[in-house]
Amino acid sequence: MLTRLANPTRFLRLADRLLPWLGAATVLAFIAGLVWGLGFAPADYQQGDTVRIMFVHVPAAWLAMFGYSFMAVASFVGLVWKHPLADVAAKAAAPLGAGFCLVALVTGSLWGQPMWGTWWVWDARLTSMLVLFFLYVGYIALWSAIDEPERASKAAAILALVGAVNVPIVKFSVDWWSTLHQPSSVMRLDGPTIDPSILWPLLVNAIAFQLYFVTVLLWRMKAELIGRRVRALTLGLAAREA
Amino acid sequence: MSAFLALLRRDLRLAFAQGGSVGLVIGFFVIAATLFPLASGPERAELARVAPAVIWIGALLATLLSLDRLFQADLEDGGLDLLLLGGAPASVVVLAKCLAHWLSTGLPLVLVSPLLGLLLGLEPVGILMLVKTLLLGTPTLSLIGAVGAGLTVGVRRAGILIAVLILPLYVPVLIFGAGAVDLATLGLDTGPSLALLGAVLLVSLPVGTLGAAAALRLAVL
Amino acid sequence: MDTVATFLAMGGYAGFVWPSFALTFVVVIGLAIASRRALRKAERQLALLEQSRPARRARPGKAA
Repeated sequence: MLTRLANPTRFLRLADRLLPWLGAATVLAFIAGLVWGLGFAPADYQQGDTVRIMFVHVPAAWLAMFGYSFMAVASFVGLVWKHPLADVAAKAAAPLGAGFCLVALVTGSLWGQPMWGTWWVWDARLTSMLVLFFLYVGYIALWSAIDEPERASKAAAILALVGAVNVPIVKFSVDWWSTLHQPSSVMRLDGPTIDPSILWPLLVNAIAFQLYFVTVLLWRMKAELIGRRVRALTLGLAAREA
Repeated sequence: MSAFLALLRRDLRLAFAQGGSVGLVIGFFVIAATLFPLASGPERAELARVAPAVIWIGALLATLLSLDRLFQADLEDGGLDLLLLGGAPASVVVLAKCLAHWLSTGLPLVLVSPLLGLLLGLEPVGILMLVKTLLLGTPTLSLIGAVGAGLTVGVRRAGILIAVLILPLYVPVLIFGAGAVDLATLGLDTGPSLALLGAVLLVSLPVGTLGAAAALRLAVL
Repeated sequence: MDTVATFLAMGGYAGFVWPSFALTFVVVIGLAIASRRALRKAERQLALLEQSRPARRARPGKAA
């Protein structure tokens, strides 16, 4: 499957065939998730209607983490097997992951204000999410700082892999740090069990976010591939005229 | 092995020579830490409480400042190509450069840190723990920093880019390092923190050398 | 009408719930539009180049 897709033209054809369906499914899933989450899911007896923030906060946080794992795997595939689409995929995923990270952070803060009485809590999850956001920023900055695409893609891949090795350590250290410094009065965002009446709309929203991720990822990959072909053609023309 | 030692000796000679970076790095470290009481006020109890954080962050930034020259100077005079084509594996070159960087940056920071601990009113147990944690933690800073330095060698505004790439990866070292000093001043068990600092060092040894070696090969070849 | 008002009030948490959804909406739509635009631009450039290629190939012939 992956080797078959190594041909960019074949990949573009497949993407074109999939994209209309993916786009439609994304829109439908978003509508279903929003209507269910905002209109029909019951308010939490403790947190009231703020619990609805979870329907965007939690999927965004999941996608932010998924995005980084995806980038790391793609970078690995690109470095080891030199798969020609892997670095395109990793590059395309970074702004999406960073965007979801931002959404998770800000909605977490908007959720925290009524629940904790403060806009920002140095809670282990929020802090790890912030560090993850910085990792995304570094990755994107490295891509834009290096002009030669060949070197930029490999350098970014190395950074993503080094970052991926560090992510679990960062996560662990932040958890450790928060048990060291935090009094146990902070309310946890997730209860030990989530009621099915909340869980189902949450899952629908998570699916919507995931579909959105794949759809926009394919758009971005297409744009990158076509952009590369344009660059190659312009260089060829320039060379012929010279 | 001989290539390793030769490179190590050359880098150390350059760092400690007239106009080398060692004095500057220590100067920055001391000045940055002294600025802190001027900004926060001289209450001793409060200073002692934040001293581990101040000194650790000072050490982090001092290391960072010296990182952008780690490979850049060699790239500019063409030495980097020679080093990488010289037959020794790139990871050995990186390891030698990291060791030299640590001996000329991390170790002086460790040696100066008790003075800063005294200035900021840290208790003797805290100062002892500060030295221990810096001793275990600063090699990690050099190793992870080498990846950032390798990735950005020859790139515009490399210094600031290294900071953005590397500082998030320094989070665990900072947490375990400054945390252990905190624990020590409170009279609590610091064993796990030190073990974790050691573990982070062990992980960053292969990750740092291999990552930086791969990055350098990209930059040169 | 009353139900719409209570829906919008979000149990008194309207100031937190709606900004959350608004921000998510802005980021999601913004990223999608930016990506679409980049794609369209690349496609237009490619079409332009492929149009101009035969013309350029013809030019040396005319000169000869």
